[in-house]
Amino acid sequence: MSLLKVENLKMYYKTLRGYVKAVDDVSFDVGKKGAVGLAGESGCGKTSTALTILRLLPWNAEIISGSMMLDGMDLAKISDRKLRKEVRWKKISMIFQGAMNALHPIYNVGQQITEAILAHEDISKSEALERASELLELVGIEAEKINRYPHELSGGMKQRVVTAMALACNPAMIIADEPTTALDVIVQAQVLKVMKELQRKLDLSWILITHDLSLIAETCQKTAIMYAGKIVEYGDVVSIFKAPLHPYTKKLITAFPSIVGSRRELSSISGFPPDLLSPPQGCRFHPRCDQAMQICKTEEPPLKEKTSKGHYTACHLYGG
Amino acid sequence: MPKDVAIEARNLVKHFPIKMGFFKTLISKQTPVVHAVDDISFKIYKGEIFGLVGESGCGKTTTGRMLINLTEPTSGEVFFNGLNITAISQEHKMRKLRKNMQIIFQDPYESLNPRMGIFDIVAEPLRLQKMTKTSEELREKVAAALEDLDLAPPEEFMYRFPHELSGGQRQRIAIARAFVLRPEFLVADEPVSMLDVSIRSEVLKLLLTLIEKSHSSFLYITHDVALARHMCDRLGVMYLGKIAEMGPTEDLIRKPSHPYTEALIAAVPVPDPTSRRIEVTIKGEVPSAINPPPGCRFHTRCPYAKKICTVEEPELKEIKKDIRVACHFPL
Repeated sequence: MSLLKVENLKMYYKTLRGYVKAVDDVSFDVGKKGAVGLAGESGCGKTSTALTILRLLPWNAEIISGSMMLDGMDLAKISDRKLRKEVRWKKISMIFQGAMNALHPIYNVGQQITEAILAHEDISKSEALERASELLELVGIEAEKINRYPHELSGGMKQRVVTAMALACNPAMIIADEPTTALDVIVQAQVLKVMKELQRKLDLSWILITHDLSLIAETCQKTAIMYAGKIVEYGDVVSIFKAPLHPYTKKLITAFPSIVGSRRELSSISGFPPDLLSPPQGCRFHPRCDQAMQICKTEEPPLKEKTSKGHYTACHLYGG
Repeated sequence: MPKDVAIEARNLVKHFPIKMGFFKTLISKQTPVVHAVDDISFKIYKGEIFGLVGESGCGKTTTGRMLINLTEPTSGEVFFNGLNITAISQEHKMRKLRKNMQIIFQDPYESLNPRMGIFDIVAEPLRLQKMTKTSEELREKVAAALEDLDLAPPEEFMYRFPHELSGGQRQRIAIARAFVLRPEFLVADEPVSMLDVSIRSEVLKLLLTLIEKSHSSFLYITHDVALARHMCDRLGVMYLGKIAEMGPTEDLIRKPSHPYTEALIAAVPVPDPTSRRIEVTIKGEVPSAINPPPGCRFHTRCPYAKKICTVEEPELKEIKKDIRVACHFPL
C-alpha cells in the first residue's frame, strides 16, 4: 500500500535566464511504514523534491506538471488552505536541514513544541504540554528537560527535539533533510536508532534526504538516486546496493570508503554536475559517464524496470 | 630497521583559559580552563600518514596546530627532525622552518584570500621563503604545482579569483599552496569534509599521489573513521584531550582494544543493507572538557567500566606490538 505516490513531477524555478529544471519528471512512492532515501550530490534536486511535496516553494517556483497523491488528495492541486489545515504537520511534516540550529534561542523546548501543537490542534495548553513531554520521551529525552533552552542542549539532543517537534501532530510521514550531517558519528548512530524505533513504534513513513548512501543502507527500504533533477535509479536498497545498474549509482556507491571489507580504491566522477538552466541533451549524465555511447548524447533514457522487478533505471546500457 | 622520526610530540598540553567577567575574576581563585589537549605523546615517522580521529571537541585540531607551532602549547615539546620547535621564539627562525611544515585547512571558502588571484595565492609561500630567483621560475613552479593537482591548463586558473572556482577546485588550490614548497611535514585538518561526495574521492586520490611523490610525512585529522582507514598508515584515537588508542590502521579497525575505539567503529554506517550492524552500546555525549571526569575519561560512557576506572587514570601502554592502549581492561 502506498501512502504517497509521486508521479511525473516537474517543478521548475523561473529565473531571468530561463527555467531551472530542479525537479524533472520524478516518480516514486512511499509505502505505509516505509522509508525511502533520496540520494545524490548537492544541487541534484533532492531538497527541491521534498519542498515540492509540501509546496513550501519560493514565489518563482512553478509546479509544471505531475501529481502527488496522498490519501486520495493530489497535493499538487489542492488549495493552500487545505494543504495547511490538513496536510502539513498532520499528514506530512518535515525536518529541515540544520533545523536544530533554527530552534528559537529565547523560548524553551516545551514552549516551542507546544506552539506547533496549539497552532494545529484545538486542545488546551496543559494537554499540549503533556503531549510535548510524551514526545520528548519518545525520542529519548527525559521529560524533565522540557524546560530547557536550546543552548543548554547538545547537538544530538537538539536534533531529537526537532524530531519530536515533527511528530507533534501525529503525522503519517516525516521528510528528513540531512538530519545527521552536523553530528558526530556516535551521536549520529543514536539519532538513526531513534528514527528506526519511531518507524516501528508509530508506523511512520520516512523520506530521508542525504548525500551519504550508507545512511540510506542503514535505515531505508527503498532508495531513489537523483542526478541533475532526475531519478536515475530507483528500487529497494538491497538490489541497488548489491547490483547497481546505472553508472552513476555504481560510482556513487564506491566513492565512499567503507569501514568493513577490504580496502579498495575510491572511484571518482570527473567533471561537475550540469547547470540545470540548460542540462545536456540526451542522458544528463553522459558528459561524465565513462560508458557513454552515441545514443546517450541524443536520446534521453526513460526510467524503466530492467533486470529485476521493482528495480528501475534510466540508462541506455540496458536496452530500451 | 628503526624508522626515522619526522615529528615527535612529547607530553603536549594545551589548556585554554575561559574568559570570565570582571567580578568573577575577583572571587574565584583559579581561572577555569578547557582541557583541550592533556598530556599526549606520539611520533610520526618519515613518509608516514598518521591519522587522528575522534569526535568534535576531542582536541585533534589543537594537536595538529601545536605540531606546526600555530598554537603555543601550555607545556610539552614538539621535536621536528630532532629540533625542539616549541623553544623557538623568534619569528624569523620559525619562518625558515615553516618551509618544511604546512597545513591544509578544512574550509576552502575561508582559507583562501578572496582578494588575491590564484597565482598570488600559490606563489605567496614561494615569495615569502625566497625560493625563486626570477619571475619565470616562480611562474613555472606555480604552474607545476597547479598541474600536480589536475588544475590544467594552469594558465586557465592562474588569473582567476577564488570566487570563480568551485569548492573542489578551491580545496585543490589550498593543497597546491601547501605542497608548492615541497614540505617535509603536512597537517591536513578535515580537508574533504566540506566537499561533495563525487569530488571528495578525487581530491583524496590527488592527495595520496602527492604525498607519495614528495615523501612527506602527513598528519590527517578527521572525524570519519572510514575515511581515516582509507588514508592512514597509523591511527591515533583521541577522546577528551587524551589518546585512547594508537596503532597500525588495519589492526585498530579489525580488532580495537579500547572500548571507545570499538564504539566509534561500530557507529560508522555501513553502505551495505544486508550487513547486520553491532548496536551502539555507548550512551550520551562527550562530557565537558572544563571538568573532565576523574580516572579514565571515558568511564562515564563506557559499557565495561569498573570501580578502578572511576578513580585511576589508565596509562597509554603497549599491549601488543605497536599497539598502545590507555585502558585498565583492554578488549
